[in-house]
Amino acid sequence: MSAVTDAVRGTAPGNPLGQSVRDSLVIAKRNLIRMSRIPEMVIFGLIQPIMFVVLFTYVFGGSMQIGGSTSATDYTNFLMAGIFAQTVTFATAGAGAGIADDMHKGLIDRFRSLPMARGAVLTGRTLADLVQTALTLLVLAVVAILVGWRVGSDGSTDAARVLAAFGLLLLLGYAFTWIGALIGLSVRTPEAATSGGLIWLFPVTFISNAFVDTGNMTPWLRHIAEWNPFSATVQACRVLFANPGQSTSDAWPMQHPVWASLIYSVLIILIFRTLAVRKYRSATA
Amino acid sequence: MPGAIYAEGLVKTFGDVRALDGVDLDVPEGTVLGLLGPNGAGKTTAVRCLTTLLRPDSGRAVVAGLDVLKNPNEVRRSIGLSGQFAAVDEYLTGRENLQMVGQLYQMKAKDAKVRAAELLDQFDLADAADRTAKTYSGGMRRRLDLAAALVVSPPVMFMDEPTTGLDPRNRQLLWEVIKRLVSGGTTLLLTTQYLEEADHLAHDIAVVDHGRVIARGTSDQLKARTGGERVEVVVHDREHIPTAVEVLTGFGKGDTTVEEHTRKLTVPVSGGAKLLAEVIRELDIRGIEIDDIGLRRPTLDDVFLSLTGHAAEDKPEENAKETVK
Ligand SMILES: Nc1ncnc2c1ncn2[C@@H]1O[C@H](COP(=O)(O)OP(=O)(O)O)[C@@H](O)[C@H]1O
Ligand SMILES: [Mg+2]
Repeated sequence: MSAVTDAVRGTAPGNPLGQSVRDSLVIAKRNLIRMSRIPEMVIFGLIQPIMFVVLFTYVFGGSMQIGGSTSATDYTNFLMAGIFAQTVTFATAGAGAGIADDMHKGLIDRFRSLPMARGAVLTGRTLADLVQTALTLLVLAVVAILVGWRVGSDGSTDAARVLAAFGLLLLLGYAFTWIGALIGLSVRTPEAATSGGLIWLFPVTFISNAFVDTGNMTPWLRHIAEWNPFSATVQACRVLFANPGQSTSDAWPMQHPVWASLIYSVLIILIFRTLAVRKYRSATA
Repeated sequence: MPGAIYAEGLVKTFGDVRALDGVDLDVPEGTVLGLLGPNGAGKTTAVRCLTTLLRPDSGRAVVAGLDVLKNPNEVRRSIGLSGQFAAVDEYLTGRENLQMVGQLYQMKAKDAKVRAAELLDQFDLADAADRTAKTYSGGMRRRLDLAAALVVSPPVMFMDEPTTGLDPRNRQLLWEVIKRLVSGGTTLLLTTQYLEEADHLAHDIAVVDHGRVIARGTSDQLKARTGGERVEVVVHDREHIPTAVEVLTGFGKGDTTVEEHTRKLTVPVSGGAKLLAEVIRELDIRGIEIDDIGLRRPTLDDVFLSLTGHAAEDKPEENAKETVK
């Protein structure tokens, strides 16, 4: 007992970055264990995007015009980048609800009374959500292949480019969980965080190039869609997957979608992480 | 030199509620202070200010020689907190909870594991160690929470109403744990609504009401102010009152007061249950029939009544009366 105690109490904090990473991983592990013990949460998170894949493919496929073609296969190939991107953004709601839940339980007082890195409770949560998002994407990609999605259908691509696309998707999802974190810290109940975390995602993901060709939108809506950070990732994925329906607009994010996607995601992380950590610190103090 | 826990003029307001209205505390190293007060007195707010969870509006606090406002993170290294509501993750097992806390106290994963196993044994949770905390009873959760507060054996501990809501057996168990802890030299600030608990565990008691310390002293000093233990007797026959007074005054350490209309006699005593038995025997020998007799110990209500002239608003305790029919 005392050997352990001395080892702990005597030690200096060590390097703050190292501590921050370690503490975040401890919290991430905690959240992953929780997720594994509440598998219904993960499963519900999967059902919705799978339903979208199936419904969009079989209901809309054939009646949507993509790059002048109305073939159902082209629509499926066009659609997947959009569905993938929408799916990763939905992690926002989970992160928000999880953090709101934590904030309303006594456990948060335990964390705040420990000599741990201040941002670790939030970072740990967002990292755990990232793992869940990756799993969801994996399952979704398999379902997409089953309904006929193929990369390279509109030119050539390679494994590195496909992986890069998934990397951008995960980065987008990670960025959005920080928005979720801020929402979770700002609301009074976990339920409010769930709905508050979801509602705004509908306009963000629908006023975009995810499900339809932005070329058919009225001009002002088209501008919003083309500059929507979400659209940049969708466009980047289509380019990297070599899937059809890539926007030919000369809006900068549509011309340089990979860069735009990276820049947008990093900006979102920087801004919302700062705001969320600040909010967390002042939450009850 | 200030004690291990020292506070001066702590004020904290929530809107127009003055939760703390100038609290001063001084707990010498290795001693236990019981913060005694009814619901809403400000006990939790005081604990939260001292454990870096809440910033007081004004005032100063020093814990383990460190300024709470200036060096919160250093303070966190030296304290353990067991809050009013058990702070455990329900979906983690007892073992996982303790390992996590150990690692967040910056222990190595290996050390945290060893320490968790030690604590689970010590707190009688070894059998339930690998079940999720969700399946634990209230008493087990409390113990797990306390174990989490003790992961690094911090020199200064805070416990906010550790036994509220526990059954007598679990309360007794927790008291034993706390006593063992304190005998190891830990400084402890404990809040409670039970005079009996403060009496049992604390060297010194500070009575709080409306965010202020309204009295402090040892348990004996406080009890003396309330008149301490008393024997209350209700005799069956009004004619027996003079004889009964004679008997009671013989056993008591003060005058017997008589309420004629209820036939109730009260006398301050010292000697507890044993004395009560003797009183009963003597009354029996003298042929005095009684309707009710009991040993009345001072409660928080009595302390309040004598200090403030009003009872603690939230009656926290079942009447601590041992009645022999
Ligand atoms: N976060 C808060 N917001 C508003 N009022 C609070 C808050 N915390 C405590 N109070 C108020 O402060 C007073 C003291 O509360 P508390 O410290 O919890 O008392 P105790 O722990 O002795 O029961 C109460 O009137 C309570 O309603
Ligand atoms: Mg309280």
